Amino acid sequence: MARADLIARRQEAAATRAETMTLPEGAAWATEAREAARARLLKMGLPTRRDEYWKWTNPESLIAAEAPTAAVFDADEAPIFDEIDRLRIVFTDGVFDAEASDPLEMAGIEIARLSDAARADIHWARDLYGTLEARGHASVERPFAAFNTAYATDGVVIRVTGTAARPVNLVYRHASDGSDVILHHLVKVEEGAELTLLETGPAAARFSGGLEVEVADGATFRHVRTQGRDHERREVTGVFARLGTESTFQSFTLTANGKLTRNEVVIELTGDDAVAHVAGAALGDGKDFHHDDTVFITHDAVNCESRQVFKKVLRNGATGIFQGKILVKQGAQKTDGYQISQSLLLDDDAQFLAKPELEIYADDVACSHGSTSGAIDEDALFYLRSRGVPHREATNLLTLAFVAEALEEIDDEALAEALRDRLAGWLERHSS
Amino acid sequence: MLQIKGLEVKLEEEDKQILKGVDLEVPAGAVHAIMGPNGSGKSTLSYVLSGRDGYEVTGGSATLEGVDLLDMEPEERAAAGLFLAFQYPVEIPGVGNMTFLRTALNAQRKARGQEEISAADFLKLIREKAKDLQIDAEMLKRPVNVGFSGGEKKRNEILQMAVLEPKMCVLDETDSGLDVDAMKLVSDGVNALRDAGRGFLVITHYQRLLNHIQPDVVHIMSDGRIVKSGGPELALEVEENGYADILNEVA
Repeated sequence: MARADLIARRQEAAATRAETMTLPEGAAWATEAREAARARLLKMGLPTRRDEYWKWTNPESLIAAEAPTAAVFDADEAPIFDEIDRLRIVFTDGVFDAEASDPLEMAGIEIARLSDAARADIHWARDLYGTLEARGHASVERPFAAFNTAYATDGVVIRVTGTAARPVNLVYRHASDGSDVILHHLVKVEEGAELTLLETGPAAARFSGGLEVEVADGATFRHVRTQGRDHERREVTGVFARLGTESTFQSFTLTANGKLTRNEVVIELTGDDAVAHVAGAALGDGKDFHHDDTVFITHDAVNCESRQVFKKVLRNGATGIFQGKILVKQGAQKTDGYQISQSLLLDDDAQFLAKPELEIYADDVACSHGSTSGAIDEDALFYLRSRGVPHREATNLLTLAFVAEALEEIDDEALAEALRDRLAGWLERHSS
Repeated sequence: MLQIKGLEVKLEEEDKQILKGVDLEVPAGAVHAIMGPNGSGKSTLSYVLSGRDGYEVTGGSATLEGVDLLDMEPEERAAAGLFLAFQYPVEIPGVGNMTFLRTALNAQRKARGQEEISAADFLKLIREKAKDLQIDAEMLKRPVNVGFSGGEKKRNEILQMAVLEPKMCVLDETDSGLDVDAMKLVSDGVNALRDAGRGFLVITHYQRLLNHIQPDVVHIMSDGRIVKSGGPELALEVEENGYADILNEVA
């Protein structure tokens, strides 16, 4: 098929999809931003498997007008981070749940619902909404992100001016089999300010998540999310961040189960001496597990550091994808870029596909990347067993050790410990 | 304690006989040494006893207190009281030394129907044992054997032995890679564990380790068999004249 035909077909798919959607109501600026996003979507079109970055992940179920259903999973355990003092903002099937949420108040930060903010005139939100997403298409088109910006029904907008005393936790609850949810969040961390944002739980049967984060000079943004254990869940998320001078951005995602998860993270380091760490652990058991991490980090300033650390544990025909890129622009000297993606294949049926990319236009940089796929280390396994640790327990211990390197990217030990417990629980349930 | 009768073993991958009928009995309370030239089958014997993959037992038997070892999984052998100190201890990134030891101890206790040891009691136990082997808190925190020197790895093996308190200890070339001071430290650790209820099988290429860990019986192994057994003086004979004389004598 000729390229022009392909584009036409993509655009047609986008137009068809857009026809089933309505732009949410809001102030003039919000409508303008949403219309602009829709225009981007219609121009790019929706992806097919012929697209370079979708050849390993089938986008069809994300495009379908009707969301495929997903049974609600009863985890039968306390919500993660329950022990941690945090401000909870609850969305049930994408609908804000005031009863279950804490008051949207904390010293040093302003929080509002997107649906309220979009009706008001909050200048910083107006400036940010759709801005980073739009910039994120510069090298690779991300139609689902434009779709998200155009049609998100709610979300939160957070502006941080001080040091947030406790994390903000966006709690997602999946309550009905057919829920189809689109949420978009804005975070602006002002100069020298600090915030930890937690996103937890399965949001819906099908979830489109958008997060734009502006990290100003000297500011710190930490992000930890867990995507829920619902087996039939489908999810496509886009995190877009821009980093100022001497700022820090850290994001960690734990994914267990899910029929389809596509997590895109797009980061621009625009101020000197900024640091961006993106990490993730994915656990999949069975042919119905498909997990895709697609990361794009652009170095556009001097002496910045970026790290990508992704680990996947796959068994019984589960599939893991990693597409990670470091782009070092001309003049981004002294860049320190690191990328590692590894999979632990617990049997012969599981598969891991990785596409690490470096594109470098500066001459004084240190960039490295690596990708490995392997089984459990037999020598280590025997060593543990020879000390009395049973086969299953030894395998789980080594699997946890494999994932540990990604968990080490999390500064907060209490958060890391809670994630480690979840990981261990999953392994306990999914080992034989 | 440990009884090996006519043990014959070949490599699984290739048709190569390594052990050709080993007979050996180590009673409780005794220290036996096996010496022999490279390739005589010493390490194979230790691996087969501990249950490593890749070997096929084609004949004979090995029992610990009358229980068939060869029929058990490696972890069952450990719970039954067998311990192998590895010639090359394995590095396990991501698993803390303390976690490893506590998991192993509790797994063995569980397998024996005993209660798991509490975190506090374990900490107390490990501190006491580690002190004797000059293993500091830093080494206990690090991932198992990762970044350890040769001597530290061997000391860590003896620490595991001290914590797990096995009935039968097999030491595979524990002296390899040790300097004089480390050898003394390791030997002191082993000697401290000598006990009327515990057996030792010390596999070594050189006599020098046996200056520190005095054996009751020395066996010479060659070409997959025990060819000569005797008292500690046999080790000195090897030291003086090498293996060739002994092997010629028994040939």
